[in-house]
Amino acid sequence: MSELWKAGLGELALHVESGDVSCREIVSAALARIERHDGSIGAFLRVRGESALAEAKTADEARSAGRARSRLHGLPIAVKDILASPEFETTCGSRILAGFRAPYEATVLRRLREAGLIVLGSTNMDEFAMGGSTENSAWQKTQNPWDLARVPGGSSGGSAAAVAARLVPAALGTDTGGSIRQPAALCGVTGLKPTYGRVSRYGLVAFASSLDQIGPITRSCSDAALLLGVIAGHDAHDATSYPEPAPNWLASLSGSADGLRIGVPRGFFDGEGADPETMARAREALRSFEGLGAKTVEVELPNSAYGIATYYLICTAEASSNLSRYDGVKFGFRAVSQTLDEMYEKTRSEGFGAEVKRRILLGTYVLSAGYYDAYYRKAQQARTLIRRDFERAFESCDLIATPTTPGPAWRLGELVDDPLQMYLADVYTVTANLAGLPALSIPCGFNGAGLPIGLQLIGRPLDEATVLRAGDAFQRQTHFHERMPEGFAS
Amino acid sequence: MNITRETVLYVARLARLRLTAEEVPRMQRDLDAILDYVATLRALDTTGVPPTTHVLEIATPLRPDEVRGVLPVAEVVRNAPQHDESAMIVPKVLE
Repeated sequence: MSELWKAGLGELALHVESGDVSCREIVSAALARIERHDGSIGAFLRVRGESALAEAKTADEARSAGRARSRLHGLPIAVKDILASPEFETTCGSRILAGFRAPYEATVLRRLREAGLIVLGSTNMDEFAMGGSTENSAWQKTQNPWDLARVPGGSSGGSAAAVAARLVPAALGTDTGGSIRQPAALCGVTGLKPTYGRVSRYGLVAFASSLDQIGPITRSCSDAALLLGVIAGHDAHDATSYPEPAPNWLASLSGSADGLRIGVPRGFFDGEGADPETMARAREALRSFEGLGAKTVEVELPNSAYGIATYYLICTAEASSNLSRYDGVKFGFRAVSQTLDEMYEKTRSEGFGAEVKRRILLGTYVLSAGYYDAYYRKAQQARTLIRRDFERAFESCDLIATPTTPGPAWRLGELVDDPLQMYLADVYTVTANLAGLPALSIPCGFNGAGLPIGLQLIGRPLDEATVLRAGDAFQRQTHFHERMPEGFAS
Repeated sequence: MNITRETVLYVARLARLRLTAEEVPRMQRDLDAILDYVATLRALDTTGVPPTTHVLEIATPLRPDEVRGVLPVAEVVRNAPQHDESAMIVPKVLE
């Protein structure tokens, strides 16, 4: 089979099962794609060329001896630079973690390894996952494969760009307020944030612990279902990990959306200041779902108007606490200094970038004496109201649809000096994190300039199955997710 | 501005950040804009609403208090910018 790089995980699995291609050929093809194309998009921070090829050889041997560890044994994947591994450096896009090699392995990486997936390298991201454009990386910029003058979204911008440019069939990202779904939408790929607790965070560098989740970025919903099946499940190392075993999501993909009730939140598809083309494509996707037998019902999420304010209070407060561990003592970068106090201050001041400092300052302020009740406690109360809105809405529907973003990818540099505008781009995604709900972004069309647009599907707690089933049914009838960016189609 | 220069410097001190002369006014402006935006929350009536502590109803997991495998100390201290075989080394605290 030629052009192996065009295939997703499920298709590649069929090929290696039938024996017409080897894992070594697949991994070589992916490495060749990275070599040829990553120079123009900057998705990867590091690539494990030789060790990946050696692992592919071992996988071929295991498979021919009838010892395949899973259907995905020997297939390549990329991971965001935020997961602890003794095999390679983890910097979280930050100078302060330069050179850090963890003494232990993140649970998701262990699960990938046990299923036989081969990590080809780690992908660029906004520093500590703070940002929506990947421009906050301390190391490099990442370009959107659909238009190299534009951002790929963020914070998992490297993972989304790598999948969109067909460098790898799949990647892992993380999502605290939209960091899987937003770059997936802006790069025209599929991204799933699972339910809070569904995937273990052991070994995930913490940003905002009550919101962070790890999830797949893939070419299709069926690949997302396959990959989620690998990484999900209870883990005693993560006290927030959901205790029930993970279901077989692939089996839930019936291909039908018949009878599904899709909630359409009032006002979400004609948002003030939102891009008309983006809204139009999202509305067309709703009509496609109706054509597939789904019913749309209007729902109300009145407190979502407070989503961004609530989210930025909670995430910065948690970040200011989580990031106190970077002080030059235990790992990473240390500034030259004479005294301990000077060491802490200089290390943090030289090691963190502007956005991280901004959020630490904001979080420290809202948690400081006299402000806690007015800000943090108030935000956690607003969060309860936002969650209750969803509970009420799910009494009359099985899924909630929204545009994933208010507009398409913006130009590199366009919003770097306006943090608040950048925050407002998360308007449709943050509430699923605040409520802990599974949420998917699927490609649902393109604007006049050829930039991809995403539709978000939010499910009930732990109901990834319905979200994936609906997305898969849509993808069986549409071809948006198969379209490749020009310049990366050969 | 609601946020004064002194507040920015005070919070930076709490967070162990030393801002440059260029950073102080920029952070002051940004924090002011962001806090002004989040102040919209004041309009929301949250009387009697319990704050969220966990999004899913799961019980705190318990386990027997047993010694389990721990990472070798040499492996753990290896990442410290300055260390010996068993300890991380920092500038002297007491004279």
